[in-house]
Amino acid sequence: MASEGKKRIWEEYQKEIADDHYFYVRSCIRQTFFPGAETVFLNILRKDLGKDVFEDARHTTCTGIGYHSDIVPLDTIMTVIARHFALMTENGYKNFVPSCVTSFGLYTEVLETWKHFPEIENKIREFLWKATKREFNKPENLAHASDIIYKNREKIREKSKFLLQNSITGKPLNVVEHIGCHYAKMFPSSGVGGAEFPHVLSGMIESWGGEVIDYPERRHCCGFGFRNYLIKANRGYSVSNSKKKFESMQPYKPDFIVANCPGCSMFLDRWQYTIAEMEGITYGENGMGIPVLTFEEMAGLVLGYSPWELGLQMHQISVEPLLDKMGIPYREEEKYLGKNGRSLGQPQKPQFLIV
Amino acid sequence: MKDWGYKIIAARQIDLDSNDLSMADYISRHEISFKWCIGCGSCSATCTAAQFTDFNPRKVNLLIQRGETDGLKNEISKCMMCGKCQIICPKGVNTRNIIHHIKRALSNVGSF
Amino acid sequence: MSKTKRIIIIGGGPAGMEAAGAFNHTDYQVTVLEKEKQIGGKLNTWYKLFPNFKSGTEVKEYLEETLKKGKASVLTNSEVVNISSDKNNHQITLKDGKTLTGEAILIATGFQPFEADRKEEYGYKIYDNVITSVDLERLFSSGKPILTSTGKVPERIGFIHCVGSRDKKSGNLYCSRVCCVTGVKQAIEIKQHLPEAKIFNFYMDLRMYGQDFEELYIEAQQKWGVTFIRGRVSEIGQNIDSTLQLKAEDTLLGRPLKMNFDLIVLLVGMVPTAGAEKLGCSASLEFTSGKFFRVMGKPVQTNESNIPGIFLTGTCKEPLSLQETLTDARAASAKLISYLKEMKED
Repeated sequence: MASEGKKRIWEEYQKEIADDHYFYVRSCIRQTFFPGAETVFLNILRKDLGKDVFEDARHTTCTGIGYHSDIVPLDTIMTVIARHFALMTENGYKNFVPSCVTSFGLYTEVLETWKHFPEIENKIREFLWKATKREFNKPENLAHASDIIYKNREKIREKSKFLLQNSITGKPLNVVEHIGCHYAKMFPSSGVGGAEFPHVLSGMIESWGGEVIDYPERRHCCGFGFRNYLIKANRGYSVSNSKKKFESMQPYKPDFIVANCPGCSMFLDRWQYTIAEMEGITYGENGMGIPVLTFEEMAGLVLGYSPWELGLQMHQISVEPLLDKMGIPYREEEKYLGKNGRSLGQPQKPQFLIV
Repeated sequence: MKDWGYKIIAARQIDLDSNDLSMADYISRHEISFKWCIGCGSCSATCTAAQFTDFNPRKVNLLIQRGETDGLKNEISKCMMCGKCQIICPKGVNTRNIIHHIKRALSNVGSF
Repeated sequence: MSKTKRIIIIGGGPAGMEAAGAFNHTDYQVTVLEKEKQIGGKLNTWYKLFPNFKSGTEVKEYLEETLKKGKASVLTNSEVVNISSDKNNHQITLKDGKTLTGEAILIATGFQPFEADRKEEYGYKIYDNVITSVDLERLFSSGKPILTSTGKVPERIGFIHCVGSRDKKSGNLYCSRVCCVTGVKQAIEIKQHLPEAKIFNFYMDLRMYGQDFEELYIEAQQKWGVTFIRGRVSEIGQNIDSTLQLKAEDTLLGRPLKMNFDLIVLLVGMVPTAGAEKLGCSASLEFTSGKFFRVMGKPVQTNESNIPGIFLTGTCKEPLSLQETLTDARAASAKLISYLKEMKED
């Protein structure tokens, strides 16, 4: 596979990513299901890279989950987003960094809408004033959290304690990268590398010693659409999409999957359990699944953060095989102990999936 | 077995790598003009059965070519062999012979 | 006593060569300027021409013979970068700074194939087994066997029509006219090379507009067993064994379709030659929405540009087949001759 073609595309789709002074907004799903991920992102930015990242405790969900389920109308979500911009402005920041890819897609969409239809922007300013007496400036720079890590990947490489390689043989790990649909499929120029061959995760993986796998269903959606799974009867659609991806990537024997969207990470992790219990099929080695990491967790492991502090015990698919390959030390007995050494309880073991 | 409340759905795309194309081979061996169809739809436009059922000779031909033959037995029983499709076909496809061989193939399942 | 009028032809491809040959029985001083190191333009690439598989080399030889019979001077490695016109005096400047002056200019700068790697979803220059129709034509000319990147004989070959044409995303809304018949021709040629291969053409419409074109399509389908699937291809991915996975819509069935191929050929459209836009701007020439040179009054004035004395011929105006280009070049020459004869002496 020739990479000159890809390099040309990556050169074309370069976007502006701010250097410092970020206003960070959290993700509903990521906070809930991968609690360690956002903490480690903040730690990496503040401690390892010395950046200024600000969070305002008064920010809410972007309501994307409601908007995408036809519960929250467009005007409402634009006003909620405007409120976040107001919080950013009030705190003196200009660079907006959402943690969730769906949020990122929404912020991009809303800013684009306001660019083409300034009368809508004026209307929303009115709504925000009437509702909260707040005013806002639009952010000068909008970048997703994975863009920030991408921009600093070489610095992270310099500080790395572990690489994405087999620690014994030195062979690069086979990594499947999965980009959330809302990252670049809507506005290709808002994603590093465009929509067809995004570079944001490939760049990280290559810098940190891994090898990226291109498999036929790489671009396929994982099936995480709020509309697809909020109602139980629709979940079959979600699982089927993830299954398509797993079947396509399995021949390449990936060592792990990394995703920048919190929803994708959750689904690719959890649906392996569902498919195993429903059909008895697993996609990893020895009847286990393929470990799934969020990009923050991947960066955290590379920088030497403890796996259990990163919250990897909350993953459905056990990450221990991956940790063993990378040579990361961990203590299995500490897996389900909380911060003060108390037991968090043990999850039930699945019937087919080996954990 | 746990009741999940949802099922894994089979993909509905036509997979030309895994579909069984033996019926298409059988028909083209016996009626060479089977492969001359360009999908113009003249046959379906004039078809008697198509006026009152959802029978569609153009689609039947194409589905067989793609190996999608589920439910074909039921569909083909709607054709009354009136021959209007043959009169109108601009490519000279012998449609009645094709229908005849489809019925033959379906009745000799496994041995064509 | 009027001095000899000078005609400058910019472009030494089929259009330029045929136009120059048409002045053989006149007294005008004709200069043909070709930017590459050889004349012939795209004719140097084409192996067999549609619809009757005439050899491209034969046509090139005919054009060269005709040129030799006349007195036109042909300068290669001479790229024109500027045109300045002042009533009946047109001065052109070459890349190396040299200038030439003439009473009339004939622009025959031709076209270049659409750069298929701009259609990122098809993976040209990324996946080894994706090639363009131009690459395939060169492969035919070379006489080398047709093999995939892993050295095996391809069993399943796909052709994708309308790559870079009729496509807002590629920036070209127009139809490039000749790619459909090229796809049919090349499908037949591959079958002649590899009789066991299964060929699939993915099209939106099949534009078989010329004489014998429809018959060629029927031959491809009925004699050679080429399968034509109506539907656009959305993406090409690569499998672990370097074969390609293609996803398309079968519009006649209304369902998505997926299949693996050993080799995929992209039928690329035509875009104006690089540098033509800059050259045209230097002369204040007008362009069509597709960035080709605009002629002044279809259907009658099809060789006149908006600048008196600057004429246009060939694919620099719009996508044309070789046959149409040659006919157009002769027409342009005829128009040029009457223009010069009617020219008032200063």
